[in-house]
Amino acid sequence: MKFQVDENGYYGQFGGAYIPEMLYPNVEELKNAYVGVIESEAFQKEFMHLLKDYAGRPSPLFHAQRLSEKYGAKIYLKREDLNHTGAHKINNTIGQILMAEHLGKKRIIAETGAGQHGVATATVCALKGLECIVYMGEIDIERQAPNVERMRLLGAEVRPAKSGSRTLKDATNEAIRDWISNPTDTFYIIGSVVGPHPYPDMVARFQSVISKEIKSQMLEKEGTENPSMLIACVGGGSNAAGTFYHYLDDESVKLIAVEAAGLGIDSGESAATSVLGRPGIIHGSKTLLMQTEDGQIVEPYSISAGLDYPGVGPLHAHLAETGRAEFASVTDQEALDAVYELCKLEGIIPALESAHALAQLKKMTFKGDEVVVVCLSGRGDKDLATYIKHKK
Amino acid sequence: MENRITSLFQETEDKVMSVYFTAGFPELNDTMEILTNLQDQGVGLVEIGIPFSDPLADGETIQQSSEVALSNGMTLKFLFKQLKDVRSTIKIPLILMGYLNPIMQYGVEQFCKDCKEVGIDGVILPDLPLAEYVADYKALFDSYGICNVCLITPQTSEERIRLIDEHSSGFIYVVSSASTTGSKLDTSGQEGYFKRIEAMNLKNPLMIGFGILDHETFTNATKHANGAIIGSEFIRVVKEEGSSLAEKIERFANKIKVTI
Ligand SMILES: Cc1ncc(COP(=O)(O)O)c(C=O)c1O
Repeated sequence: MKFQVDENGYYGQFGGAYIPEMLYPNVEELKNAYVGVIESEAFQKEFMHLLKDYAGRPSPLFHAQRLSEKYGAKIYLKREDLNHTGAHKINNTIGQILMAEHLGKKRIIAETGAGQHGVATATVCALKGLECIVYMGEIDIERQAPNVERMRLLGAEVRPAKSGSRTLKDATNEAIRDWISNPTDTFYIIGSVVGPHPYPDMVARFQSVISKEIKSQMLEKEGTENPSMLIACVGGGSNAAGTFYHYLDDESVKLIAVEAAGLGIDSGESAATSVLGRPGIIHGSKTLLMQTEDGQIVEPYSISAGLDYPGVGPLHAHLAETGRAEFASVTDQEALDAVYELCKLEGIIPALESAHALAQLKKMTFKGDEVVVVCLSGRGDKDLATYIKHKK
Repeated sequence: MENRITSLFQETEDKVMSVYFTAGFPELNDTMEILTNLQDQGVGLVEIGIPFSDPLADGETIQQSSEVALSNGMTLKFLFKQLKDVRSTIKIPLILMGYLNPIMQYGVEQFCKDCKEVGIDGVILPDLPLAEYVADYKALFDSYGICNVCLITPQTSEERIRLIDEHSSGFIYVVSSASTTGSKLDTSGQEGYFKRIEAMNLKNPLMIGFGILDHETFTNATKHANGAIIGSEFIRVVKEEGSSLAEKIERFANKIKVTI
């Protein structure tokens, strides 16, 4: 159990709740309630019902035959792209909206980068008839216009984050400031395994349905629960946490976490936190963080808005430090190449984020008998404009 | 603990006016001039803000002053350099206020050492939680004689306020309402809260902050506290164009002190 959060909210040296006193009652309330709520029969029943009949789970585990032939391993794709709203994000927002309801909260806030988490939050708020405010960086509002319209159609108010670099990090800052100013009626639905304890653990638990399904689907297809390795992309790290979760303690399964190298690790335009980061504090959590020598948070870069974050969740910082997961990184161009390849070979248009996980295949050498599961965290509809622009 | 903050509250019966400013704003090298003028205007206590790229508990005014300060080149290292001889002229208590990350990167022990060396009396670190402070930092801060000022809010439970009082030193920072810095405050609406805290008879003095911007808000807040803290309004004043820092700070101090 050494990869589970401890009673103080830490994974090894990472995690905790570095929050101003203004947030203490809210975070404490959640911390004291979340495990009991999640483990209750009533919650599980409602959660499973919505995952199945609303989100469309279980998501298929698809044997990608032509991709397998090309790379010389048996490759399965975990099809999170087929979920309602097009990504794994809905697993988490369903869980958190039920938590919010349980705590009697009436007003929901969220941050979003690419807009996928914003859409997934707006969706569950519509489902439950709750007020929804999504903070989004001014720059992201421009470059992800269709998702902004989707959120508005679903009844959410999209508020531009105008501070700092006006992207995901700043949208998160604004959401936290909103939470400070609305300490009693508001629930903050965080979009990844980041933020103060208990968020990283709570979000990981909601996303853990991914690896739970992989286990039973593997058993059915391969006669064993364990693949040789699991590959997932890491922005904050929620799809990776979900993909790894039930395999964390079984070291015979290799875990590969893929970060965005942007224009290249040493280019100054990158989001590869495990390489470029040092321990620090961001958004209430002690974790690996891209920062200046003086401790100012650095603005990352990736073509993929969902991976464009200067930190990783504390679980991933711990997995990197202990070596339990291998951290790799993939450039913008390698990710784009993987997009076009999957379109042609399998008839699937992946999200830019997920394409980072796919691109890792090309960098590996297989003996031939490996079974590889890649988490296809989302579909590429939101990235169509980018794909058209970059097509050779 | 012998400390300028503790002595201030022991010696004065007056309401203490405390001012926050962001180091490196409006210009990189304004720190000493601002401190001198604040002292000359009778300000009792100053909080020097260490600018941070992501100030979660701050509203727009302090966010922007921090951004400007950072682009002016302010760093914690440089701030200590500016403050090297501060105690040859500045006698009032000085506090450093900032977020934990720059201090962690500087090294917490080195930070304490340098605070002691230049004559800093206390710190306010909004994102250092009480439990972590007690477990990891308290012994260190105590050994260098540095007060750790903690925050309480209208939502803080009585039990927790008592715990915070036990572990704080210098004073308790009573956040006036649930908000980030610089938002408008209805001080009269908060009187019940201020009274409730006053009636708890805590061991630490009480300083009220967030939303204090003129004589009226200052007077209302200090009816039930030892003093009040003005931050965003001071930043707004020093940002104004057209007059010298000395003139602006004098005008500011008069506005707080005198009924208009
Ligand atoms: C499809 C998809 N995959 C991955 C991510 C990255 O988030 P995480 O690392 O939390 O899975 C995002 C975030 O927007 C996303 O939309």
